[in-house]
Amino acid sequence: MTRIEFWQGNTACAEGALAAGCNFFGGYPITPSTEVAEHMAAKMPKKGGVFIQMEDEIAGIASIIGAAWTGARSMTATSGPGFSLMMENIGFAVMTETPCVVVNVQRGGPSTGQPTMGAQGDMMQVRFGSHGDIAIIALCPANVQEMYELTAKAFNLADQYRVPVFLMADEIVGHMREKIIIPDSMPRTPRKELVKGTLPFKADADLIPGFPQFGKGYGVHVTGLTHDERGYPAATNPHLHEALVRRLVDKIESARHAIADFDIINPDAEQVFIAYGAPVRTVQQVMHDRPDKNIGFLRIRTVWPFPEYALAEFKHVKRFLMPELNLGQMAREVERHVRVPVVSIQKLGGELHTPAELVAALEAQR
Amino acid sequence: MSYEDWYRQDRLPHIFCAGCGNGTIINCTLAAIEQMGWKKDDTVFVSGIGCSSRASGYIVTDSLHTTHGRAIAFATGVKMANKDLNVVVFTGDGDLAAIGGNHFIHACRRNIDLTVVCMNNQIYGMTGGQGSPTTPRGCLSTTTPTGCVETPFDLCELAIAAGANYVSRWTSYHVKELEKAVKAGLETPGFSFIEALVQCPTAFGRRNKFRQVADHVEYLRSHSLLRAKRDRLIEAGEPVPEDMFVVGELARRKRPALGVKP
Repeated sequence: MTRIEFWQGNTACAEGALAAGCNFFGGYPITPSTEVAEHMAAKMPKKGGVFIQMEDEIAGIASIIGAAWTGARSMTATSGPGFSLMMENIGFAVMTETPCVVVNVQRGGPSTGQPTMGAQGDMMQVRFGSHGDIAIIALCPANVQEMYELTAKAFNLADQYRVPVFLMADEIVGHMREKIIIPDSMPRTPRKELVKGTLPFKADADLIPGFPQFGKGYGVHVTGLTHDERGYPAATNPHLHEALVRRLVDKIESARHAIADFDIINPDAEQVFIAYGAPVRTVQQVMHDRPDKNIGFLRIRTVWPFPEYALAEFKHVKRFLMPELNLGQMAREVERHVRVPVVSIQKLGGELHTPAELVAALEAQR
Repeated sequence: MSYEDWYRQDRLPHIFCAGCGNGTIINCTLAAIEQMGWKKDDTVFVSGIGCSSRASGYIVTDSLHTTHGRAIAFATGVKMANKDLNVVVFTGDGDLAAIGGNHFIHACRRNIDLTVVCMNNQIYGMTGGQGSPTTPRGCLSTTTPTGCVETPFDLCELAIAAGANYVSRWTSYHVKELEKAVKAGLETPGFSFIEALVQCPTAFGRRNKFRQVADHVEYLRSHSLLRAKRDRLIEAGEPVPEDMFVVGELARRKRPALGVKP
């Protein structure tokens, strides 16, 4: 039976993970994500899983990568300063094709910044923060319901594509309390097992190799060094390195249509909002207040890989308007895909745009 | 069966320099594991970055060659997620005590059921011989060109103070003792730390007046002070020689441990 709850976003995130079968959480307390860890500490042992508070965020993500290799569905949760610390091991997870979920409840940065205030300042960091060429998947929830559903979905994407998947929430969504409808169960995508006798890092046609779980007799060597299909270091082979990195990127980029998750409202509109995360709510309010077929909305849940083809659905668009809680990070991504102006409606400080601010942007230069 | 069966023959030749002490330590570790009767399918080796950390890649079991300093944190995840696995960490002095120092002391504190074997060559070997947290005072390295002025860590004292259940130190000369120490560590529930001082002819020895590999191994032997002898000196009120390092079993206790196989 579905049931209705009144939950905080961070609680919904933890519950969504548990519903998805998350059985390992390793983390470190940091505002405004701490409630995720606290909820896991309380609930995880009752479900037979493991909660461990590590000594820092570097150890947090290291522990979930280690756990993932034993077959666990593993997760950590953090915010900006901790996320910065995780960057190296995020690259390790990409290179070793380790499925895991990282929740970033974003707060105002740079540095310690605004621990208790929301922001979307880590949208480029999640995509490009770890050194080298990488590709990852990042989801952005705009309400408590999505904190639950997208967290659960993140585990499926991680297992399917063997990549770290990020829930890029923010303090606003993480700390707000809302009605949430809990589904009976969440669909679970199994992790594709390695066929015994196959080389452990030899990819199938989908560019993804089968998973050789530790303790199952595969005898797999997992290294962050450039490796061949056996998993053995081959760090000085230029062709092998290029082929490996291209595959790791292509397996995500070539699946962008399958991974994409967005809504299109009023595709014939001339003025089109694009939003992800908490600013979605302000756009929804504006569209509710002024029903107008000429105001469109591209509401994105999968921010990376960016679903650029969705932009082409707005055939008559004159300009895109993009409210973000940063200085236009994703607006820059949109700009490189379109020929019409992209109006970046930037806001820092920790509060959402007011509907009036978006209306003002809508009416300016009209 | 012998310890040789644990090696990946298709990975040879290995990257270790001629005269390197790491192979001795890996052999001793595998011999101890062989005596334990551990199955390959149930055993996982985890390592960080550095010469010593390449060890995991030469062993046929599942193995995780991780980021610099973080091996113990990764191993904590492996062990906590599947307590049935036997998890052994190979590390070095730079990996463990510099960049990984925080993970080391917290693993000792948690007393998580891992066995950590540290090949302490007192230098950063893989990057070409920079000073490490265990480089002795006065020793030459590329980053201490006029002699190291910092005081080195005593890794075993650190592990004992932080709460590890089993701690011992030997050298690449003491192969039988080392094998027994690793076995004792493997048998101990909780965190076991075995430090093995090793010669590094390429990065340490040639800069510090060890013309031959054997000279350095002889130095390790002659400057080893058995724990029992050290204790007798203290009891008798006699001075403990400052240029010697204490070898032997330094801690064995039964503090509450984490991640022990049920």
